[in-house]
This record gives sequence, C-alpha cells and structure tokens, in this order.
Amino acid sequence: MSELILLRHREVAGLNQLKTYIADGGFETWKKVVTSRKPEEVLNDVKASGLRGRGGAGFPTGVKWSFLPNNIWPHYVVANSDESEPGTFKDRELLEFNPYLFIEGLMLTSFAVQANDAYIYFRGEFSQIAKKFDERLAELTAKGLLGDALFGTNYSLRIHTHLGAGAYICGEETALLESIEGRLGQPRLRPPFPAVAGLFDKPTVINNVETLANIPYIMEKGVDAFRKNGTEKSPGTKIFSLSGRVKKPGNYELPLGTTFRELIFKHGEGIINDAKVKAIMPAGASSTLIPATDAALDTPMDYESTTAIGSPLGSASVMVLDETVNISRVINNTVHFFSHESCGKCTPCREGNFWMSHISDRIESGKGKKDDIELLNSVATQMQNKCFCALGEFSTMAVVSGLQHFRADFEARLES
Amino acid sequence: MNQLLKKFPEEINRILARYPIDRKQAAVMPLLHLAQGEEGFVSRTALQEIAEITGISTTEVASVVGFYTLFHDAPEGKIRLQVCTDVACDLRGATEYLTELCEKLGIKPGETSTDGLITIEEVKCLAACDKAPLFQAQIGDEVDYHENQTPARTIDWLRSMSAALIGTPLKTISLEETKPEEGGSHE
Repeated sequence: MSELILLRHREVAGLNQLKTYIADGGFETWKKVVTSRKPEEVLNDVKASGLRGRGGAGFPTGVKWSFLPNNIWPHYVVANSDESEPGTFKDRELLEFNPYLFIEGLMLTSFAVQANDAYIYFRGEFSQIAKKFDERLAELTAKGLLGDALFGTNYSLRIHTHLGAGAYICGEETALLESIEGRLGQPRLRPPFPAVAGLFDKPTVINNVETLANIPYIMEKGVDAFRKNGTEKSPGTKIFSLSGRVKKPGNYELPLGTTFRELIFKHGEGIINDAKVKAIMPAGASSTLIPATDAALDTPMDYESTTAIGSPLGSASVMVLDETVNISRVINNTVHFFSHESCGKCTPCREGNFWMSHISDRIESGKGKKDDIELLNSVATQMQNKCFCALGEFSTMAVVSGLQHFRADFEARLES
Repeated sequence: MNQLLKKFPEEINRILARYPIDRKQAAVMPLLHLAQGEEGFVSRTALQEIAEITGISTTEVASVVGFYTLFHDAPEGKIRLQVCTDVACDLRGATEYLTELCEKLGIKPGETSTDGLITIEEVKCLAACDKAPLFQAQIGDEVDYHENQTPARTIDWLRSMSAALIGTPLKTISLEETKPEEGGSHE
C-alpha cells in the first residue's frame, strides 16, 4: 500500500490545521461539487464506488442515501462519532489528526441528499475534540466554506456538534437519534427507518466518521481510483485498529481483503514474547472468538470472507489473544461490559447480561460448578434472536463461541 | 430566577439555535454539560432550571442524568480518574494497573479520597486501546486522556494536580510504609 488516503496526516504534517489542509488541495472538491455537480451525480458516484459503511454494518453507503424520500423535507445528515466498541480507536485518530477530510466528507454527503443542517454526535469522552470542532466549524463558516448561499449558489449548510455523555448504546443509530433529541439513548423500533423518519422525525442519513472520510477521495479521484484498492465486493481501504497481545498495536490503513496474518505479523510485528496466537476477535467485544488456525490467519479481511469464518468484520477492531490468555477471563470481561452498557429497554439483553455476568463471576472466582458452564451457554443461546437491537445479539457471540472452542479454559477455573 | 439562564444567556441561546425551534428538548444534554462544568455535578436546582428552559419535566431531565455515565448528581472528587479495563486494555495489564494504583491511593473504585481530590472509577472503552493502560481525568466537564500509564507515572501527575487543585500534598499509601502495620489499611 503506497498511498495513505484516510491516514494521510501521517505523511503530511499539520493536516489538522485548516491552512495546511487547504494548501494540500482540501475543500477544492467541495467547491467544485457545489458549483458544478448535481446532488444525484454525487449520490450515483458513491453508489458506483461500492463504498460500504465503516461503522460496523458494512451496508452500501450510496444505497443508504438513496432511501431518502424526495417529498419529505428537511433532510438531515448525522455523523456517528460515538466510537465506543472496545478495541476500536480509528475515528479518534481521524477526528484529532485529519478532521477536515471527515468534515469535507460530511459536507459532500449533506449536499448529495440536500440537507441544510448536519449534526456530529461525539461520544462524551471526546469533549475536547468536540470543543476543537466548534472552533473549526466557526472558522470554516468565516471562510465561506460553510453557511448560507455557498459560493454564490442557493445551497446552504450548517454543521452542529452534539456531545454525548458516556453510553455505548448511542453508537446504535436510532439510540443516537434519541440522544440528540434529549432522551435516554434507547433504540427505536423499525420501521420507520431513519431514512424516512429519523432525526426530529425527518429523513436522515447516519454515517460513521470513517465512511464519511472516504467521500472526498471518491469525488476527487473518481470511482475507478477508489476501487483500485480492496476487493470487488469490499472496495477501498479500511483502517484496522489492532490491539491486544501484539508487539505493535495501532491503526493501520490497508486495502480491504488484507489477511489477518499480514496485519498481525507484518504490521503488528507479531505476538508479545513471540507467544503463540490463540484467538482473534475481529469486531471488538461484539465479535465471535475465532480460533487462530492457519486457515483463519490466511482469511482476507473483507466483509464476506470474515463473515464466512464466523464473525462480522464490524468496524475492523482486531483484538488478538495469545496462549497466555484464559478465555473465561475474556468472557467475564465482555459480559460485564454488556451488562453495564445494556440500555435496559428489552428484557433478554438487560436480564441476560446481568445473569451471565453473575455466572461468569462464579466461574472466574473458582466457585463454579460443572453445571455453570452449561447454564452460561443456555442463557446466551436463549437470548439469541430475541433482543431488541444488535447490542444484545452481539453480547452473546463471544460467550457462545468461547464455550464452543475453548471449553477447557472454563473447566480449568471450576471448583476442584 | 433561573441562575443558569442569567449566567449564560448567550451560550444558552447558541445551544438552542442548533435545534429546530419546536425541539427544545434536544438542548437537554448540552445544558447538562454546561451546568456540570460549573459545579462539577448536576445539582437539583440545575435540573429544575434545565427543565424550565427546555419545557420538559424535572423527572425527565433527571432520567437523562441517570442514564449517561458522565453525568453526575453528587459532588465527588475534584478529579474523576477513570480507568478503562475492557478486553483490549485488560490484555495490556490495565486491571493490574488499576489494582496497584488503588492500593497506593488507599481507595477502591467508586470511592473518593478523604481530601476530596480523587474519585477513582472503572469505566468502559475509551477508544485508545493501543495505548493501555490509560485513564481519562474528568475535571468539571473537561476530559483529558493520559495514555501508556504506570502507577508511578499516574502518582506523579496526581502530585502536581494536588498542589494545583487543593493546595495540599498528595496523600498516598506507600506499600513499603504500610508493611510494618500488619493488617493495617488493607482489606
């Protein structure tokens, strides 16, 4: 990979300064699009690019935009900057070091769906980043890159920030909308989908930070250039957040379809103390535990191939577990996470995670009986397909796969 | 008299202007951040004033405070020292770091030091998993990240903050010092 697109700030110093970003050609695409392109042309280009949502679901971005009805107004665009999945830290790097690329992407998206107001929802922990964004947005408005009648056209755009206050569930798009509207972050029943009745009951596009940061490149260099990276069905580059028991954790921008082996052993420089890799969690705590067989390590990290070995790619937060790690402890950690972050709306998730954390605590403290292992599995499998939103469903994945592949780790913890 | 409105008229107008005129409830979270920045927590009075500004009930505002982890309804330590111990951080020693730090400070997660300087909290993912162990420090409504920590590094930072925030030296329990007093402060 010779060219960094999303992490270009690692090659161009000071890209988080407006004048550097502009000197690097920034916002030229924005001006060109607003003054010479039609909104549907932008939408069609993004559709043709095959860009898929980088926040977790991998849904085709252009298709998502095309669902907005043209007879209900106003339209809104919301940027999901609620990055909270354990193991995911890619958006934070973009927001701090390449913020204007993301902002330009948000602007282009707003133009494509003819929204005049866009919101950036930051997780509460990003309060300093949000404060800086208020300054950046004011500066862009002063420079005439945001605001009314842009470049002499009749298109106007305002971007607002909205700061959350610590709730993982707000990364779920309808919970995020509830949170902007000033309520508890609890998911909404669908339909209606946000594309029809989203923010303030109006048609709304919600995209992840990294998804939006891909738009300027597509509009500047074209669909073919974008498709040069990645695979046919998963085109483009992706930021892989590598963490856990590797020597060099961090964010790596690589073409979709790069193998786990290349990420972990080439870029991550292998496992701490050269221990043996035991399992991979490709989608953070919401992941299935995948035993690190040769076949798994040689799997390309694209949406289809990763799903085929048992886990969604999610936001590509690859957590690596080595032979020193007991899987019972990992599960204890994830069930406590979900128990804390369950929004409480639906019973299977709220109660299921509560009881799973108790059973797991019993096993971890050495007081577990043999039946507890089956009980844990039973609670998890009973929750499946019954939760109101994906958070609840995801909370069971590591438990079920952990018990399936690494049962001995749990048995080793039982009361002797 | 609405003290919040009286003190921050312009800021509050700016907040309300971000949302449709008939959707004032959307201003609840920004207003809670504003109030919390003032007092370090959201007081009963602030709840009522925010309810008044946004046209919803005090109970509804209180439920928002209760739902979100970063809103607090009681004054605690000047510094809320929040350590992430989720999977990725745990794999890099965050749990051991938190345990040792708590031992040195003589408080447990959820507790506040007797001088009112520090409240230690165990929190969820902070999106900096490659730089664990780490903590975020919440002071008023400001949040700062401190990455690649050891208990000694954190204590050094707390020492400097102690002088600045409460004007007295940091109280720590050195593990060496407590050894002679068998069964002392450790539970």
